[in-house]
Amino acid sequence: MSARATPGFAGAAVRSLYPIVIGFTLAYLMQTVVAVSIGDYYSKILIDIGIAIVLGVSLGIVNGYAGQFSLGHAGFMAVGGYTAAAIVYYGSIKLFGTKAIYGGSLGPGELLLCAGCVAGGALAAVAGWLVGQPSLRLRGDYLAIVTLGFGEIIRVLIKQTDDVVLSEKKVAAASWWSLMDNLGGGFGFIGGPRYIDAKNPFWVWLFVVVVCLVAYRLKYSNRGRQLLAVRENEIAAEAMGIKTTKAKVSAFMTSAFFAGIGGGLYAHELGNSMRPADLGFQKSIDIVIIVVLGGMGSISGAVIAAIAVTLLPELFRSFAEYRMIAYALALIIVMLLRPQGLLGLQELWEVEWRAVGRSIVTAPARLARWIATAPARARAALRAAADRRQEDRP
Amino acid sequence: MTAAAAPAAAPRPALAAVRLSKSFGGLKAVTDLSFELPTGGLHGLIGPNGAGKTTVFNLLTGVYKPDTGAVHVGGQPMTGKKPSEIAQAGLVRTFQNIRLFGDLSVLDNVRIAAGVRARSGLWRSLLRTPLYLREEAEIRERARHLLDVLGIAHRADEIAKSLPYGDQRRLEIARALATRPTVLLLDEPVAGMNTGEKKAMRGLIQSLRAQFDVSILLIEHDMGLVMDICEHITVIDHGVTIARGVPAEIQSDPAVIEAYLGVPDEPAPTAGEIGS
Repeated sequence: MSARATPGFAGAAVRSLYPIVIGFTLAYLMQTVVAVSIGDYYSKILIDIGIAIVLGVSLGIVNGYAGQFSLGHAGFMAVGGYTAAAIVYYGSIKLFGTKAIYGGSLGPGELLLCAGCVAGGALAAVAGWLVGQPSLRLRGDYLAIVTLGFGEIIRVLIKQTDDVVLSEKKVAAASWWSLMDNLGGGFGFIGGPRYIDAKNPFWVWLFVVVVCLVAYRLKYSNRGRQLLAVRENEIAAEAMGIKTTKAKVSAFMTSAFFAGIGGGLYAHELGNSMRPADLGFQKSIDIVIIVVLGGMGSISGAVIAAIAVTLLPELFRSFAEYRMIAYALALIIVMLLRPQGLLGLQELWEVEWRAVGRSIVTAPARLARWIATAPARARAALRAAADRRQEDRP
Repeated sequence: MTAAAAPAAAPRPALAAVRLSKSFGGLKAVTDLSFELPTGGLHGLIGPNGAGKTTVFNLLTGVYKPDTGAVHVGGQPMTGKKPSEIAQAGLVRTFQNIRLFGDLSVLDNVRIAAGVRARSGLWRSLLRTPLYLREEAEIRERARHLLDVLGIAHRADEIAKSLPYGDQRRLEIARALATRPTVLLLDEPVAGMNTGEKKAMRGLIQSLRAQFDVSILLIEHDMGLVMDICEHITVIDHGVTIARGVPAEIQSDPAVIEAYLGVPDEPAPTAGEIGS
C-alpha cells in the first residue's frame, strides 16, 4: 500500500496501529516499573496470568465465536512451544555461537524469542489448517474427539524424539533438519534459555495485547459476525451465503496461531518444564475452563477467568492438586445456572449492571424455584430434544 | 428439455427448475418438477401436507442434490453447488421453522447477511483499513434500512430470539433481503399468524417485489394468501405436479380439489384448509 493510494493514509495507519503502540508502552511499563516494584513473586504470577490470557482468548476464537468445541489447544500450544524452543535454542547457537544472550527486553536473544514464537504460531496455524480439513466437517462431540486425538498425537510424537543436543559444537555441525529430531523426548526440552522470568515479562504482555486486539477487532467485524452466525445456526449461515467451512477453518487457524505463540512464551518462562506430559489433555482442559467460565465469546470474560484459574490455585496452594475437582464442580454449576458462561457473549463494558444486581438479589429465590421445578424441566428438555432431532433434518 | 435449456429464446427466467427428481430410499419425494419464475414474478408452490414442498426448496437451494434435473438462477446452472454458492448467486430463502441467529441482536442478524459479499478479509478486518471501515459503514446502513422497511427498526438492539413470533418472521425476511437476492424463496411466511398479522404480511410481500427488485417464490398453506397475491401457481402432491396455472384455474381444477379434499367416496376433511 503506498501513501499516495489513499487520501489520509497517515490517519488511517495511525487509527489502525495505535493499539500496538499502546501495547508496546504497556509491556515496557510492565517490564521497567511494575515488575520491579511488585517483586518477583507477584510478577511471576502476573506472567502466568498473561500466558493464560493468551491461551484462553485464542481458544475463545474457535470455541466461543465459531462455536466449534476444540479440546486440542494444548496440542497447538505444543507445536508452537517446541518450534519456538528449537528455534531459540539451536538458532541461538548457530547464529550467535552461544546458548543464550540475556538482554532484558529487546536484545538479540529476546528478538530471537519473538521470531521463534511467531514461527511457532505459524506452524501451529498450519497444523490447525491440517486438522481443520477433515474435522470441521464434523460437529459437536465428534469434533471434540478429533481435536482431542490430535493433541494426543502431537504429545506422543514429541515423546519419540531424541535428547536435546547440549554440545554447542555438535549443534553447530548438525543440520536443522536433523536437529528437529532432538526435542528431548519424554524428559522435555531441557537446557534452553529462559528469556521470560519475573524481571523480564515484556514479551508476554506485548503478545497479550496483540491477542486481545485481534480477538476484539475480529469479534466486532463482518468476519467475526460470520463466525458467530456459524455458531448460532450453521444451516441458516450457509443459506445466507456464508462459506461456513472456510469460516471455521480460518477461525481454527487464527486460534491455533495464538496458541502456538502462547506455547512459545510458556516454553521460555523460567520455572516451566517443557515436557510432553505437561502439554497433554489436562492442559487443554485447563484452557477450556477459562473459556467456558469466562463466557463463550467474551474476551474480557476470558481475561477474568484466566486471572481466576491462575490465582486461585496459588492462593490455596495446599489444595492446588485438587483443582480438577474444583473445576469439575465449577463447570457443573456454571452449566446449570449460566450455560453461556460468566459474561456470555458480552464484554465487561456491555453488561447492564442494574440487571446483574437484580439477578443477584433474586438469586436465592430463583435457585429454590430451580430445584423445585427441576424434574418437570428435565422431562420438557428431553421432549424438546426429541423434537429438535426431528426438525434438524433440513 | 424445456425452455429453460434454451434461455436465448425467451427472456431469461430468474429461476428455473428443469425436471427435478429426488427420492429418499424408496420414497419418491419429488418427481419431474419443472417450473419457471420470470424476473419480477410472484409465484406460488402449494400442495397438501407432506406433498414435498419443502423438499423442493431444499433442492433449489442446494441443501439436497437432485437425483436428476437442474436448477438455473438467472440462466446460470446451479446443480451441484453448495448452498452458500447458490445464495451468493442470488437465490435466498427463509425457513418454515424459523432459523435466526438467536443469541445475536436483531441488527447483527441483518448485518451478517448484508456482509456476505464484503471484500475485506481477515487481515483488512484486523488492520481496519479504509476499505474495511467503508464496508462496515455500508453494511450497517443497509441493515438499518432493511429493519426500517420491515418495521422492526425499534427492536434493532434486542436479542433475536426474544422477539415476538411475527417479528421473527419479519426479521428472517429482512435478513434474506440484506444479501441482495434476485430470487426470494419464502417458506410459509404467514404460518402461525393471526388475521391482522397475515394482512400486514400480505401487503409487505407485494411491496417487496418492486422495492427490492426481487422475484418471489412462495410456499404457503394459507390458500387465501396464495390465491390473492400469486400470479401463477404450481400444485404438487406426493412430489408430482398435478396442476399449474393462474389462481382462478387452480381453484376450479378437479385434481387440486381431489388432492386437498379427497375423492368423493371418502369422508371429506373440514373445508378450513382449502377455504379462507
